[in-house]
Amino acid sequence: MSTEVVILAENLGKRYFLTHRRGGRSQYTALRDVIADGVRNFFSAWLFSKDRSRRTDKEEFWALREVYLEVKKGEVIGIIGRNGAGKSTLLKILSRITEPTTGRVGLKGRVASLLEVGTGFHPELTGHENIFLNGAILGMTQAETRKKFDEIVAFAEIEKFLDTPVKHYSSGMYMRLAFAVAAHLEPEILVIDEVLAVGDAAFQKKCLGKMGDVAKEGRTVLFVSHNMAAVTQLCRNAIHLQNGRVVDSGPAANVVNRYLALGQSDAATVDLRDFPTRTGSGTVRFEWGEMRGSEGEARRDFSIGEDVIIAFRFQAGPGFHERQVRLAIQLRTSDGISLCNMADMDSDFAIKDFCGAETISVRLPDVRLYPDTYYLSLWVGSITNIDVYDWVRDCLSFAIVGGGQLTTRMLPRSAGLLFWTPTWTRLPAASSASTARSFQVPTP
Amino acid sequence: MKLESSEFDWVIEAGRTERHYWMDLWRYRELFYFLAWRDILVRYKQTVIGIAWALIRPVLAMLVLTVVFGKLARLPSGDFPYPILVFCGLLPWQFFSSSLSESSNSLIANSNLISKVYFPRLVVPASAVITSLVDFLIASGFLAMLMMWYRFVPDWRTVTLPLFITITFVAAIGPGMWLAALNVKYRDFRYVVPFLVQFGLYFSPVGFSSSVVPDSWRLIYYLNPMAGVIDGFRWAILGPPAAIFLPGFCISMVMIILLAVTGVWYFRSTERAFADVI
Repeated sequence: MSTEVVILAENLGKRYFLTHRRGGRSQYTALRDVIADGVRNFFSAWLFSKDRSRRTDKEEFWALREVYLEVKKGEVIGIIGRNGAGKSTLLKILSRITEPTTGRVGLKGRVASLLEVGTGFHPELTGHENIFLNGAILGMTQAETRKKFDEIVAFAEIEKFLDTPVKHYSSGMYMRLAFAVAAHLEPEILVIDEVLAVGDAAFQKKCLGKMGDVAKEGRTVLFVSHNMAAVTQLCRNAIHLQNGRVVDSGPAANVVNRYLALGQSDAATVDLRDFPTRTGSGTVRFEWGEMRGSEGEARRDFSIGEDVIIAFRFQAGPGFHERQVRLAIQLRTSDGISLCNMADMDSDFAIKDFCGAETISVRLPDVRLYPDTYYLSLWVGSITNIDVYDWVRDCLSFAIVGGGQLTTRMLPRSAGLLFWTPTWTRLPAASSASTARSFQVPTP
Repeated sequence: MKLESSEFDWVIEAGRTERHYWMDLWRYRELFYFLAWRDILVRYKQTVIGIAWALIRPVLAMLVLTVVFGKLARLPSGDFPYPILVFCGLLPWQFFSSSLSESSNSLIANSNLISKVYFPRLVVPASAVITSLVDFLIASGFLAMLMMWYRFVPDWRTVTLPLFITITFVAAIGPGMWLAALNVKYRDFRYVVPFLVQFGLYFSPVGFSSSVVPDSWRLIYYLNPMAGVIDGFRWAILGPPAAIFLPGFCISMVMIILLAVTGVWYFRSTERAFADVI
């Protein structure tokens, strides 16, 4: 990594105006409304000159504020933060899609943005045609695309389907092709937003590997992701945005840890409305989750053998009319071992008359885990398991702090995970002799 | 470290995108070509009769207009077969009207590109016009056949056709820019375009010769840019008796240039906010 600065941002800010429409009719301005408002305002100003305050139904909103950023050549920098923290706005300014309201940015070299995989693909065109089209959209010349063509096809593993329209592709093939085109661009600065949220595990791994290679070639990468493992793995440094401002920066691992600590706070109750690490369509969303003791009190420290209660609430967005939803809870240890996946159906529980919102309590009786912190992920999806509505990862946690009434001995986590108290029996002398004999008899 | 603009290739700042604009436009010429190619490919890909669509529309329109204006209203056609007179007007008119609809809709149709990738936005409405140009060329082939059928021999003036095609192109792109940019901001502008196109057909000398317009109205009539363009086409293809009314033609040209210049100006001044409002 050299010391040459390739991105330098000074006092960067972006302001949007939120218009609060009285009727709330649509998100777009219609000429009809502009004319109607104009006429109304004209007359109201003329007739009732006092009533001018009504016009100020515009609200200022700073998506980005006073951002200073310095990125050196060959640096891979991660940008993390909750939804709406300004990450995408920052990338949009850097890739010149939108203009900043204040401040300025200096860029050295060509910037290519990969803000959403598959942007500009046309479903009617074949894979072959789409590679060239997408290359042009991302700023490659035809000659450059041709040079990289074989490599792209090989990376995407779509040799056989080159002449098939991409509308017939599986979503996996589609994503592979889209990522492949973008990853083989040769800009000096590559801007990536949430590409790894797609594809299967093997392909995600391949993408991560490719991005690592890109960085090794000395190109600068800006990487926005909710996948904290990917950020720590890929990026040397990271910045944490919150409400449009940089609140933390430094070595990626440290920033990520501090960020996760914010989300997975020690509080027993967690507000899940804009929790960062989530996937799913969002048509149903978890609102909050809470760890409770057997008396229903909110707490997160438990002794072995206690009942642990997980309470949570989820709500459907407008336009969601399914009557059945399926729930699941995933439990993992602090070192990432998946312990169990508890589905509602296994406990003969099912919601068949869902109407908008539901609060659920799940009691795990007699929890016998070794002292450690355990993380819970909440999942809600369709009855067929095909659609994931909301999947909030590692949003709740509880700690097992000691043996409680069951034991007072030391229980290091390295010695075990499950605190089982099996039935130990001492067999009588005669029967033990016969058992031992039966072992000696070879089976014919 | 302080930002010194001399050290960087690009400096992004509010209101400073201008500097590289025309250079970028040249750099993105391949995108222009690819977008046009995509639209053409897609247009004819999943249609049963494919290219024939480009012929059916103008031919049917020609039949209707010939019957209405030529046979029923018995408007004068000079010495030409009425179908040829109509088709000479229909060619530029259809090119103009479909360019106008395509380009005014183009930004909305490519909204995912605009909010996700940077490129000079002028590329989009400009490349949308190319699709219409292809239709125009196909329909021109039909005109050639029509002329052979009527044993009509054009003279040297045909050579000037490319000039008139270019003028039509400019005539379409000016209002196209206006409508494309307005469409992004005000979504109900999309209803204005079909309306314009439908009425324009009768306000322009498509189904009749411009000589039927009364003298007192002539200069005003040529405020319609397509009036001058269609006259030019008739003059180039049909020859002598179809004369160009020069003052009128000049008025049309001024209108075309005025619309094109203001169109590009308006487009450029609203362009930077496209990604925010689209």
